[in-house]
Amino acid sequence: MAALHELTATQLAEAFRSGEASSVEATQACLDRIAAVDGAIHAFLHVDADRALATAAAVDRRRAAGEPLGPLAGVPIAVKDAFTYEGAPTTCGSRILEGWIPPYTATVVQRVLDAGMVVLGKTNMDEFAMGSSTENSGFGPTRNPVDPERIPGGSGGGSAAAVAAGEAPLALGSDTGGSIRQPAAVTGTVGAKPTYGGTSRYGLVAMASSLDQPGPCGRTVLDTALLHAVIGGHDERDSTSIDAPVPPVVEAAQSGDVRGLRIGVVRELGGEGYAPGVEQRFHEAVERLRGEGAELHEVSCPHFGLALAAYYLIMPSEASSNLARFDSIRYGLRVGDDGANSVEQVMRLTRGQGFGAEVKRRVILGTYALSSGYYEAYYGSAQKVRTLIGEDFARAFEAVDVLVSPTCPTTAWKLGERVDDPLAMYKADLCTIPVNLAGNCAASFPAGLAPEDGLPVGFQVIAPVLADDRLYRVGAALERVLGNQGGAR
Amino acid sequence: MSLTATDVARLAGLARIELTDAELEKLTGQLDVILDSVAVVQAAAGDDVVPTSHALDLANVFRADEVTPSLASAAVLAAAPAQEDGRFRVPHILEED
Repeated sequence: MAALHELTATQLAEAFRSGEASSVEATQACLDRIAAVDGAIHAFLHVDADRALATAAAVDRRRAAGEPLGPLAGVPIAVKDAFTYEGAPTTCGSRILEGWIPPYTATVVQRVLDAGMVVLGKTNMDEFAMGSSTENSGFGPTRNPVDPERIPGGSGGGSAAAVAAGEAPLALGSDTGGSIRQPAAVTGTVGAKPTYGGTSRYGLVAMASSLDQPGPCGRTVLDTALLHAVIGGHDERDSTSIDAPVPPVVEAAQSGDVRGLRIGVVRELGGEGYAPGVEQRFHEAVERLRGEGAELHEVSCPHFGLALAAYYLIMPSEASSNLARFDSIRYGLRVGDDGANSVEQVMRLTRGQGFGAEVKRRVILGTYALSSGYYEAYYGSAQKVRTLIGEDFARAFEAVDVLVSPTCPTTAWKLGERVDDPLAMYKADLCTIPVNLAGNCAASFPAGLAPEDGLPVGFQVIAPVLADDRLYRVGAALERVLGNQGGAR
Repeated sequence: MSLTATDVARLAGLARIELTDAELEKLTGQLDVILDSVAVVQAAAGDDVVPTSHALDLANVFRADEVTPSLASAAVLAAAPAQEDGRFRVPHILEED
C-alpha cells in the first residue's frame, strides 16, 4: 500500500473498512504531509489539527462499534477559507476578516462533518475569491505543486494545491467564474461546479450571489463525485437552493459509459490566444472519447465571446453590494476609531486598509456600473448578454448532451506575470465564465501535459441544469483512457 | 468615454474606500482599460432582449412562521471590533458642533 497521504479518498475509505488503516492514521498522515510541504506550497491558512484528530478518533470508535457510516466517513478534507466553520478562523483571504471566528458553520461544511469526514483546515484563496492565481490573497500566494514557480490557479488555488500535493485527498471550493475548474486544470486535478442551486451557499462568504456555487475538488473522478453527493441537495437556509434530488453523480463516475453520448465541441472556445499544447491535448482527448463510442459534433455558441465582458460588469456589481457588509461595525477590522473620526471616516479607513487592490478595483467598477446614468448602459446591457448566453446553451443542448472545451486557454503561468495586467488575468476564465452566467454545470478533468512546457491541461465538460451526472460520465471515460491514477505530487 | 481621477475618487467615496494618491492614479488607468473592454456589451443586445438577473427562474421562498433558535447575542458580539452594554459600539454618527 502506498503512503496514506497518497491514497485517493476511495482507497482510504476501503482501507478503513478492511481495517488496514484508521482515520486517525490517515489524518495524521495528511497533517504530517502538510507540515512537510506546506511551508513551500502555502495551500493552508489555518490547520485545525486538534479538532481533526479528535473527529478522526470519534469516527474510528463509531466504526469499531459497528455503527453504519457513509462512504467517505473518516476521510480527511480541506475547506476553502470562503466557508464558515464554527470555531475556526475564516478570512476569505482578506485582511479585513483577519482573526474572525464565525459563530456558525456553512451547510456544505456541516454536511461534510455529518458524513463523518475530517476537516483538516482552511485553504488559501484570492481575496474574496477575486482572482485567477491566488496571488490576490491578503496572506501571500499559494504555489503550484507541479512547479512552485507557477500559480496554482484561482481563486481556489489553495484547495487545488492541497489536493495535488497530497495534503488532502479532497477539498471544498467555490466557483463564481471558474474558481474551482481553472485551479483544477492548472494543477492536474478534478473540480466541478454543480448546477446553480445544486449546493447550498449558506455560510459561503458571498462575492456575486447569482453566480457563486460551492463544489468538490479531488484527484480522481469518483472521489470528486462522492464528495459532490455528500454536499449536494436542497437546503432551506439558501433561498436559491433547488428542491430536487442530487443527480446520480456517483453512478455516472462508476460507469464512464459514453457510448452514443452526443458531445459538442464549442467552436468559439479555441483558436487565437489558446496555447498549442492545450489545444493539442484537448483535441486528442476528444478523439479518445470518440474511440469510446461518443458521437462528436461541432457546436457554435456565438455569444460566448461577450461572456467575459458581461461577467466583468455583473460580478463587480453584485460584489460591490455584497462587500458593503464589511463596514467595521459587526465583525472584522476597524481602523481609525479614535473618538474624533465619524463612522463614515472609520468605514473608509477600514476598507482602504483592509481590502487589497483587486477588491478595490472590482468594488469601484461595480459601483460605477450600478450608478445612476450608467446602469442601463453597463449593468442592464450585461444582463441582456446573459440572456443571449443562456439561449446559446439552450440551442446547443437541443443538439448535443454535453459541450466540451479546454478549461483554461493556457497552462499555469509564472507568479507575478499577470499581477499588473488585470485584463490578462481575467482572460484565464474565458472558457469557464459562460456556465456561471447561465447557471448550468461544468467540471474540469486532467487531459495530460502540454508538450511545450510539460504542465497540466484541463478538459472542461459542460452539461445542462441538473444533468451534473453527465460531467462525471465523461470524466470517468477520460480517466479510463488517459490513465489518471489520482497520484499526489 | 474616459474615466478621470476625479470620477474614481467620487466612486471610491460612494463605496467608502479610502485611496492613496498612488492607488487613485493606478486604479484610474486600469479601470479605464477595463471599462473600455467591457463596453462591447452595449452594442450586443437590442431592446427586444429581456435582461436576465438570475439564472434560475425562482419565486421567493417562505418558511413556516415559527420561532426558532437564533445565535446567542454573546456569540455574535464576541466577533465585534467594539461592544458596550451588550450592543455593537459604533463611532459617532452625527458631526459635533
